[in-house]
This record gives sequence, structure tokens and C-alpha cells, in this order.
Amino acid sequence: MTAAIETAGLTKRYGRRVALSECTLSIPTGKVVGLVGPNGAGKTTLLHLAVGLLEPSAGSVKVLGHTPAEGPEQLGRVGFVAQNTPLYAAMSVTDHLRLGGWVNPTWDMALAEQRIQHLGLDPHQKAGTLSGGQRAQLALTLGIAKRPELLILDEPVASLDPLARREFLRALMAIAVEHGVSIVLSSHLVADLERVCDYLVVLVAPRVQVAGDIETLLAIHHRLSAPRRDGLRLPRDWEVIEKSDTERQSTLIVRHDEPIHDPAWTVEQLDLEDLVLAYMSRAAGSGAQTPTLVGAAR
Amino acid sequence: MNRGIVIEFHLDARSGVSPYQQIVRQVRRALRLGLLHEGDQLPTVKEVVERLAINPNTVLKAYKELEHAGLVSPRPGIGTFVTATLSDGSLAAHGPLRQELLRWLAKARCAGLDDESIEALLQDTFRSSAEEGVA
Repeated sequence: MTAAIETAGLTKRYGRRVALSECTLSIPTGKVVGLVGPNGAGKTTLLHLAVGLLEPSAGSVKVLGHTPAEGPEQLGRVGFVAQNTPLYAAMSVTDHLRLGGWVNPTWDMALAEQRIQHLGLDPHQKAGTLSGGQRAQLALTLGIAKRPELLILDEPVASLDPLARREFLRALMAIAVEHGVSIVLSSHLVADLERVCDYLVVLVAPRVQVAGDIETLLAIHHRLSAPRRDGLRLPRDWEVIEKSDTERQSTLIVRHDEPIHDPAWTVEQLDLEDLVLAYMSRAAGSGAQTPTLVGAAR
Repeated sequence: MNRGIVIEFHLDARSGVSPYQQIVRQVRRALRLGLLHEGDQLPTVKEVVERLAINPNTVLKAYKELEHAGLVSPRPGIGTFVTATLSDGSLAAHGPLRQELLRWLAKARCAGLDDESIEALLQDTFRSSAEEGVA
């Protein structure tokens, strides 16, 4: 099956700065994918590479089996809602829909108008006077009315208050059901995405830290705790993501494909936020710390 | 079609129970309490995701599990319908049992137990009686 987004060794440099390094991903279609990472992690860079707004410095990216923005057909397949929902402040809601109709051959005006009505937006209101939540909903309408197979949204809820955020995600999930569209959305907060996504990519500049089906990720990561012992030896096939010791206790976050039944450890399930934070802090403190941990595990 | 929604789901983010399990439990509970009857339609996947802002696969997974348990069955293009009940004949006994339980709760409070102690006592008794049943 064709992947929604497939990258191999994808790298982007701005001058000497590496924004994205050796990114290799295969994101299946039919998912709601959360792209999570702190600000400046390279999320926007990766998304801009996927929609063809940027060219790779090295490596490759294919979206729905094609080179991003390779032609009008490919542009029609992928909807993109950029960060801060760029709209024309002086143009009315209706003007935006008309503009969408002019530039998109696959534009579904009935769908667009129906959504605007459903949202209770005044078609004659200028975009500049809409609330943040309404602007986001209008941008989402423009993204979906071109009937894409893949909808990419860059930080769509970052600037919204909690109520508008919830409203937006409700609308987005209804769209996922109704149109069977694959969705990729980024956020610096995993809590925003936890309920809506079933696939996760964690990015910390400039590398992908972990990616996969959320259910699988939760099944193969374990939190272990035990009284502290010196000279502790861990099985070779446990990948230690995080290790912390107090005077009396050792706590580990371990990646291991099988359930862990070692009676020496108390095993607990991780939640998604803890899992993401473990990878983020490993990446943040990398260099010195990670190799020592891996060394200690052998 | 004018169809009233029979039950609405809600999610507790702090429960530690996965969202799909919460939906399964809420349906089972509604069946057990007689809130859902054979022939009732569950909310459509779109209705659930639009209300809860959750991933559609979460709902599909829950409904599939309920289907495997023989409690609901999908009618393609229409929705998912309740095909069995969990309440059996025991539903009639609920009223009197609830009355007794209320009296017991009043006694427990009189004796100075707070909610946490009551819950702990209930669970502990429940567990030990289950163990005796096994032994």
C-alpha cells in the first residue's frame, strides 16, 4: 500500500544549520498522525518538505507515492493548513471560498458552504474580524473543500483557547470519518493530540526520536522500578530510554517488544505523555548521557 | 430520520483506562442496568468522534470488541445495533437490593466511615467473598 508520507534520509539544512537530519519514516494512510516536538524541533520544516514548499538538501520524500507539488494533480491530493491560519483579513468568508474555487480544480463548493453554515459563520464577515477559533475553522474548511486525500495541518490548535481547541478537534475528527482522509497534524503539546491521533512521530531537532502506531508504542514501552542495586545488569535487548536513581530506588523506561515478566522489577504501563517526555529528555540531554546509559545496560 | 441518541459516552482522561475500554465498559454497564435494550442503535462513529474529539479508530475498536462479545452487530450503512442484553432476569431484583444497600450505606456513615473507607471496605469484602467462592 502507498504510504501517506515516506521519507528516506531526508535532510534539510539552512546554511550551516541542520533543521532536519536523516529522517526516515513510513507513515501509512488512513491514520491521524501526531507530529510532536518542542518549538524549533523541525516540525514545520518536515511538513513544508511534504507539501513542496521546501526542497530537501539530501534524501527523498514521497507523499501518496509522488514527489511533493510535482503537478496540479498532486497539489489537489494534499490539503495544507499552515501555521497561524493565514487568511486575507480584508476578504469576507465568501470571498475565501470563491478564491478556493478558482485555484483548486477539485473544489467542492457545496461542501464548503455547508460547513460555513454548520459553523454559524456570517458569509459576509471579513476574515480579519473573526475570532481565533472561527479563523481556524475557516482555514480547515478551505483545506478540506478541495477534497484532498491527505490533510496536513501545522500547529492548528496552538493559538486557540481550550474551548475553540476542542471544537476544532471535534470538527477535524468528523472530517476524518466523513471523508476518510488521512490527517497529519503537529503540536508542541502531546496532550492536544493524545485523544485524536493513532500514530505518533516525535521530533527533536534535528532527528526523529520515535515513530509508530500509538497502541504499539504503548505496548512496547514499560516503566520498571526496583530497589536500587549496584552492578545492575540489564538484558541486552532492553533499550533504556530513561533511567533515574534515588538512593533507594531505580526507575527505568525501557523499550522492549515483549511484555516484561522479570520478578525483580515492578512493571507499569506508560501513558503517552510520559513516553514522549522520556524521548524528549533523552534527546535534550543526549551526547554525554545516552551512551553512558547504553554502556551501563551492557 | 428523527432518532434520539440513546446513550452518550464520556471519557475520563485520568482514569488510566484506555478510551476504547471506557466506551466498551459504558455500553456494558448500560446493558446491565437496562438503559440499553435489544434493537437500540449505538451512536454512530461520526457522532461519537464529533462529541468527544477522539480518533475514529478508538470507537471502531470498541464497537468491534462489543460485536465479538455478541452484544451488538453492525448493519452496513446504517449503524450498530444492540443484539443482546446483559441484564437477564436480574433487573427486577435491582430495586430491592439498591434499597438494602442504601440502608447499609446509611449505617456505615452513622458508624463514622467516610467515602474512602466505605469504598475500601466494599472492595475488600467483594474480593474476599470472590476468593471464598473460588476456594
